[in-house]
Amino acid sequence: MRLEPKPAPALVVALLYPIAAIVLTLAFTSLLVLAAGASPFSVFYLVWRGAAGSQFALLETLTRATPLIFTGLAVAVAFRAKLWNIGAEAQLYIGGVVTVVLGTGLLPLPSFLLIPIIMIAAMAAGALLLLGPAVLKTRFGVDEVVTTLLLNFIVLLFVSMLLEGPLKDPMGLGWPQSSKVIAEAQLARIIHGKRLHYGFAMAIVSAFIVWIVMKKTVLGYEMRAVGHNPQAAAYAGIPVNRVLMKTALLSGGLAALAGFCEVSGLKGNLTLDLSPGYGYSGIVVAMLAMLNPIGVVASAIFVAGIFVGADAMSRSAGVPSYIADVMVATALLTMVVAILFTRFRLRWK
Amino acid sequence: MIALLGENGAGKTTLMNILFGHYVADEGAVEAFGKRLPPGDPRAALDTGIGMVHQHFTLADNMTVLENIALGTQGMWSWKLDRVGARERIEKMSFEFGLAVDPEASVGSLSVGERQRVEILKALYRDARILILDEPTAVLTPAETEALFATLKLLVAQGLSIIFISHKLNEVMAVSNRVLVLRSGRLAGERVTADTNRGELAALMVGQEVEPAPVPPSEPGPLQLVLNAISTQKRGSGVSLDRISLSLLGGEITGLAGVSGNGQAALAALIAGVEVPTSGEIIVRGTTARDWSPRAALAAGIARIPEDRHAVGTIGDMSVTENVIAERYRTPRFSSRGFLDWKASRAFAEEIIADYDVKCPSPEARIRLLSGGNMQKLILGRALDPQPSVILANQPTRGLDVGAVGYVHRKLLEARGRGAAILLISEDLEEILALSDRIIVISKGQLSPPSARGQRSVAQLGQLMAGHGMETA
Amino acid sequence: MEALDILLTASFWVAAIRIASPLIFATMGELICERAGVLNLGIEGIMTAGAFAGWFTVYAGGDLWTGVLVAALAGAMFGLLHATLTVPLGLSQHVVGIGVTLLATSLTYFTYRLLLPEVTSPPKIEPFQPLAIPGLSSIPVVGEALFTQTPLTYLAFLAVALTAWVLYRTPLGLAIRAAGENPSAVEAQGISVTTIRMGAVMAGSALMAVGGAFLTMSAFNSFFFEMINGRGWICIALVVFGSWRPGKALIGAILFAAFDAYQVRLQQITGGVVPYQIFLMMPYALSILALILVARRATYPKALMIPYQKGER
Repeated sequence: MRLEPKPAPALVVALLYPIAAIVLTLAFTSLLVLAAGASPFSVFYLVWRGAAGSQFALLETLTRATPLIFTGLAVAVAFRAKLWNIGAEAQLYIGGVVTVVLGTGLLPLPSFLLIPIIMIAAMAAGALLLLGPAVLKTRFGVDEVVTTLLLNFIVLLFVSMLLEGPLKDPMGLGWPQSSKVIAEAQLARIIHGKRLHYGFAMAIVSAFIVWIVMKKTVLGYEMRAVGHNPQAAAYAGIPVNRVLMKTALLSGGLAALAGFCEVSGLKGNLTLDLSPGYGYSGIVVAMLAMLNPIGVVASAIFVAGIFVGADAMSRSAGVPSYIADVMVATALLTMVVAILFTRFRLRWK
Repeated sequence: MIALLGENGAGKTTLMNILFGHYVADEGAVEAFGKRLPPGDPRAALDTGIGMVHQHFTLADNMTVLENIALGTQGMWSWKLDRVGARERIEKMSFEFGLAVDPEASVGSLSVGERQRVEILKALYRDARILILDEPTAVLTPAETEALFATLKLLVAQGLSIIFISHKLNEVMAVSNRVLVLRSGRLAGERVTADTNRGELAALMVGQEVEPAPVPPSEPGPLQLVLNAISTQKRGSGVSLDRISLSLLGGEITGLAGVSGNGQAALAALIAGVEVPTSGEIIVRGTTARDWSPRAALAAGIARIPEDRHAVGTIGDMSVTENVIAERYRTPRFSSRGFLDWKASRAFAEEIIADYDVKCPSPEARIRLLSGGNMQKLILGRALDPQPSVILANQPTRGLDVGAVGYVHRKLLEARGRGAAILLISEDLEEILALSDRIIVISKGQLSPPSARGQRSVAQLGQLMAGHGMETA
Repeated sequence: MEALDILLTASFWVAAIRIASPLIFATMGELICERAGVLNLGIEGIMTAGAFAGWFTVYAGGDLWTGVLVAALAGAMFGLLHATLTVPLGLSQHVVGIGVTLLATSLTYFTYRLLLPEVTSPPKIEPFQPLAIPGLSSIPVVGEALFTQTPLTYLAFLAVALTAWVLYRTPLGLAIRAAGENPSAVEAQGISVTTIRMGAVMAGSALMAVGGAFLTMSAFNSFFFEMINGRGWICIALVVFGSWRPGKALIGAILFAAFDAYQVRLQQITGGVVPYQIFLMMPYALSILALILVARRATYPKALMIPYQKGER
């Protein structure tokens, strides 16, 4: 059996591959639903209804998609340059930490100054957090997958330490949580009285900016070249290490924005369950989008819909909501196979 | 001993890979000792008694000679590797055939010649009755080559059949009994060695009696590039440069001859900007370069044609357009204020495609899908378009068909006519002799003094390539 | 010097060896995969799946060793998935590994909730009991530390010996090591690289799963969420630290576990002056430090993470 490169298929044909991946994912999860003694069709319908069946459901899905867009973009940017950032979770939390450090009264500034300052500071913190593994990779040859993964644990413990120490809410009845951010540091709600906040709009704008960067700029070109073939890129005069550093800064900054938005837009304070694994789900979001920044928006909404819908379904149908995580992980694996077959064909001899 | 003779890209290696079961033929079958071999099964080939010494050695550096030879020869599920037995057998065989090598040595520490001996032992250990050697002399010095030929003759005397793949006429004439000539994937002729001569074989190889492209006399221009007492860092088992000096004149092709692995890679990497000298100076048109990098080399007007088009010369999964601008995307022609000008880039790609006669579906096609010759034309176009004053051409014709080779040669001569200084690195002495105005020999990281066209005989060059008389030459 | 006296007590070393046991299994598993040329980042999820599969088998009435076997089988199945995607299809070992971890973890949690919908506190099983080896266990400190462990710990040490033997003393081991160094050497000798690599990943994954099962069947007696807690990633660091050699990796795992056991005791002594999170961070920080220290002189298997296609050179 061999893999042979083949010309890029026409757009319509190219779309068939991800669709096949999704069908395969649904087929596999159907088996699990059957094992749980429920009917796949009614379960999938319930998931759909829970995710998009009402205005409330739809807004909830978009709210949940917001951090996923940011972590998805962070991963998409990094993976494009083959910088394996599995640490979006940690970068997200650091973004949250910076938000509560600056946003709980330390800087008494009006909104239009405070929010940009916090955003920039959060991005800087996330960027620096990923710069460490990037430097270790380029300087010492330490695999960044392991370092970013291990940093996730370290940062979470660090956050836990802060929440039981300097950042602890004195009114929190002993819970490990921070004080609420002041009103000036909060992102407004897009629709009054609903949970969807302007973080979602920021996410969309970010996706568009990242798309421009990847498609139109010198940096985007350099990142793609380094990702595809670092040796040839270096030979052509592309400064590979410097490009990887810039990639790390961009990726870490984007992931930190997820933390900023969750605190400033939604939760109001920092807790240890700020993220139910958005950093890891970001990998799936990015892969489902084939690392395309605009695609990230769609796939983040899709993934968020599965999570939100599965929560609702689980309450009524009794199938454990972990079915959502299984679906998302399966989709990741089927999608990488699908992408492979858009570029290669199998020859059985 | 049969010699399989043919130009690079004539299909010699492909044929042998089919015979050995690495590749599957679209049509036809392989028969050995009256038995039809199942296609695509190296194991069956090995069991039938076919052994192959690949051009790129198939040895695991982290294991010993014994382990490499014993690999796959004992029952996979056995609880213990029979080291004692294997050792005895290897020692006996290496004594019998004059293939001296220490069975307990780590392969990573062996020289190229020793590695080749291990490869031959590997085949003999499995009772090979047909031994295929793919370009075995490309990595050897003339003396090592002589030793190899002696071993091969000994093996033939013991009843082995040997298929000797080469594109070097003199070797084929020296060792073979029969010659098969391949040309563009077809059998161009079959001769008994004793009844033929170099001229006839050469004609069969290239199709017609080809006169080498007439090379007009050169008009030497000013000094373009000077390397002054340059040393480079030693990397792994590669040969580094040790205080070498080299001057390239405009309007001249300087040929660098030498056996593969004698520092060509280090020298090419140095001039390309990939390698930074540990001492010495690089002087471009009278100015000493300060920071040396691929970018600095490009800025100094050095065009580079790398040895490995796939791994180094191109980015396979990016488009033709993206590849042709790779060396110049930061210039105002292709970008401004951090944004790329895709229109100009695409126009440039179309220009190269047209000017250099590249066959490709569109500038948007991934470059991976192009043939080797077309890929090389693109690299040539990318390198020569800015009218460089220095051209580094490292193995520019390796693996290309005859037509593409002629094309590359013409383009290099054109550039010479324009006044460029060209360093042609090649393991093919005939290519060097045909094109070079001056010839320098590299051996063990040292350069010989240059000789003008026709000044040294092939035999003298061979002596230098073996490292003899480098000091006095 | 209270802090140093700890190092001389037998109970400390008993704990250290116990903490090391799951790491030893999983590190050997990862080492086998990497020696064959495949980075297996599915390790974290495979350990989770193994922890649950082994525990549940016993909970459902199976015997302890059946539990170990079921865990190994579960691991091998995820190994098969990983290997199919990374070896013949040559997909990115990074992405597939993370995908396998996510899948194995979520499938495990799903199954746990499905099979035990009602439980609030994790049900317990009767785990492996310590088995003192007569004679050897009465040697002071060393004997006590090594020979009053549970059978699974002895199995862990056996796994190291077996891994080392297979890799260095058997024909199969030659093929595995060659596959991770220069796959074309394997193919040229008529052995299928695909088969060797897939087999190695499956066997390695089985060992990882047994490592996970150690936690639920020997160290503790129940399964709870997030119990692997990064141990898999630490094992990947341990493989690098051990320069891909079973013996060195074993020493690394024990050193690491000793440090882990030590920080727990140090936590008790310091009595809350230093936030406990600092101590909990140390294992992870130590892993990163170990990677930095050895990375420069590390000699990776040369074909690690490089997919191989037949007839390719």
